[in-house]
Amino acid sequence: MNLSASWYCFKGILSREFLRFVQQRSRFLSALIRPLLWLIVFAAGFRAALGIAIIEPYDTYITYETYIAPGLCCMILLFNGMQSSLSMVYDREMGSMRVLLMSPLPRPYLLLCKMVSTALISLTQVYAFLVIALLVSVEPPLLGYLTVLPALLLVALLLSSLGLFLSTRIRQLENFAGVMNFVIFPMFFLSSALYPLWKMQESSEWLYWICAVNPFTHAVELVRYALYLKLNSNAMFITAGCTLFFAALAVTGFNPQKSGK
Amino acid sequence: MTISVESLSFSYGPKQALQDVNFLLNKGEFHALIGPNGAGKSTLFALLTRLYALQGGNIYIDGESIKAQPASAMKRIGVVFQQSTLDLDLTVTQNLLYHASLHGISSKEAQKQIDRELERMEMKARANEKVRGLNGGHRRRVEIARALLHKPDILLLDEPTVGLDPQTRRALNLHVRKLCDDENITVLWATHLMEEINIDDPIILLHQGSILLDALASTMIEKSGEQNLTDAFHKLTDSDSFGGAQ
Repeated sequence: MNLSASWYCFKGILSREFLRFVQQRSRFLSALIRPLLWLIVFAAGFRAALGIAIIEPYDTYITYETYIAPGLCCMILLFNGMQSSLSMVYDREMGSMRVLLMSPLPRPYLLLCKMVSTALISLTQVYAFLVIALLVSVEPPLLGYLTVLPALLLVALLLSSLGLFLSTRIRQLENFAGVMNFVIFPMFFLSSALYPLWKMQESSEWLYWICAVNPFTHAVELVRYALYLKLNSNAMFITAGCTLFFAALAVTGFNPQKSGK
Repeated sequence: MTISVESLSFSYGPKQALQDVNFLLNKGEFHALIGPNGAGKSTLFALLTRLYALQGGNIYIDGESIKAQPASAMKRIGVVFQQSTLDLDLTVTQNLLYHASLHGISSKEAQKQIDRELERMEMKARANEKVRGLNGGHRRRVEIARALLHKPDILLLDEPTVGLDPQTRRALNLHVRKLCDDENITVLWATHLMEEINIDDPIILLHQGSILLDALASTMIEKSGEQNLTDAFHKLTDSDSFGGAQ
C-alpha cells in the first residue's frame, strides 16, 4: 500500500467527516447540551443524595459534578460513536457508501480511517464540554487536559469501532432505535459514569458485577484517572483490548454487498 | 483496455440473478448493456465494481483478474451508479476532492483534475455550489466528472440518464461517446432506453440473468425481424422466443 496515497485518503475521509460535522451545527449543540444538562441539572438534584467519599484517583472530597465529568466526557464519545454508526447505515442506504468502497485502497484501511476520523471529531466536542464544565467548578489539574488526550482518543476509538461493528449488524435505518435501548442506555447506566461501583455494590451485587464487566466502566475510569494525572493500567488494557476486538469484528463483519442494494 | 467477463454467475440465496455470463469489451468502444428491469444489469455492475464478491466465474481487466488484483482494477475503473451517490450537503468541489482522496490523489493534483473535468462538463461555474442546489442533469454531469477524476481507462455507467429530460439524456450520451473517441476510454453504458443506442453500437442484451445477444445493434434488428431497435428489444425480451443467441 502506497504511503502517500494512504495519507491522502485518510485526509480526505477526515476532511469529509469534519465538513459534515461543521454543517450539522445542531449535532454539535446537542452533543454538548446532553452532558451539560446532566452536569448542571441532574447533578444539582442528586448532589445531596449521592455523597462521594474520597476514592482514587481523587486526593480529597470532591463535588458530584467533579465525579460525573469524566463519565459525561465518555457519554459524548458514546453518542458520537453511535452517531457514526447511524451515519454508516444511512450512507449504505443512500448509496454514498459505494463511493468509499470504490477506492483502490484496502477496505479494512478505509474502515480504520472512518473510525479514527470519528474519534478525532468527537475529541473536539469533549474539550468544548470540559471548557464549559469549568463554569460549574469542574477544575482538573491543568496538565490533566493534556494527559487525558490519549485516554480520550483510545475511548473514542473503542466507541467508534463499536459503532462501526453495530452498523455491520443493522440492516435498516429504522432498526437504529434499538441501539438506543439496547446499547447506549445499558452501557451508560450500568457503568461507573454516574455513581462509584461501591455504591452499586451496596445496592445490588449482581448489578455491580454487570457494571464491573462493562467495557464502558473501564473507559470511564481510564479517562477519570488520566484527567487527574494518573494511569489506570487495568482500565487501559481492557479498553485497548475491547477496541481491537470490536475493530476486528467490524472489519470482518463488513459486507459490501449490503451497500450495493 | 479490455474487460473480459467469463462464466459469471451470481445468486441471491435461491434466486439466480446471473447465469453463465460471458462477454468481452473492446478498448475505446462504446458498449451498451441493455435489458429490461430485473435482467441483472445492476448485479453485473456490482460485480464489475467489486461491491459484490464473485461467486462463480471471473472478470479480467487486460488479462488481470479483479479477484487477484482488486486495487489495480479499481484504479482503472470509473463508475456512475444508477442511484446518485453525491453528498448533497457538500459542494461540487468538496465531493470531487473526497473522491480524489479515496484514490490517493493529493489535493493539489486533484484540484487540477477537477478544474479540467468540470470545464469539460461545463460545470466550472457551479464548482462551489452545494450539490443539493443542482438539478438532476447537473448532478449527473458532476458524477461523470467524478468518475473520470482518477483518469480511468474504463467507464461504467449504470442507467445514468434515469429521471432526466430527453435533451439532457442526449447531451450526456453524446459526451460519453466523445470520451471514447477522444480519450480511447472503454465504456459500458447500461440502459433500457433504445434511443440511447446507435445502430452500429456493440450491444449486450441481458435477459433473466443470461445473455440473449452479444452483437451489433443492427444484428438485433435483423434477428428479431423488426424495423427498429425499440421493437426489436420488446420482441426479444417480451416473448422469450429468442433464446440462446450469443
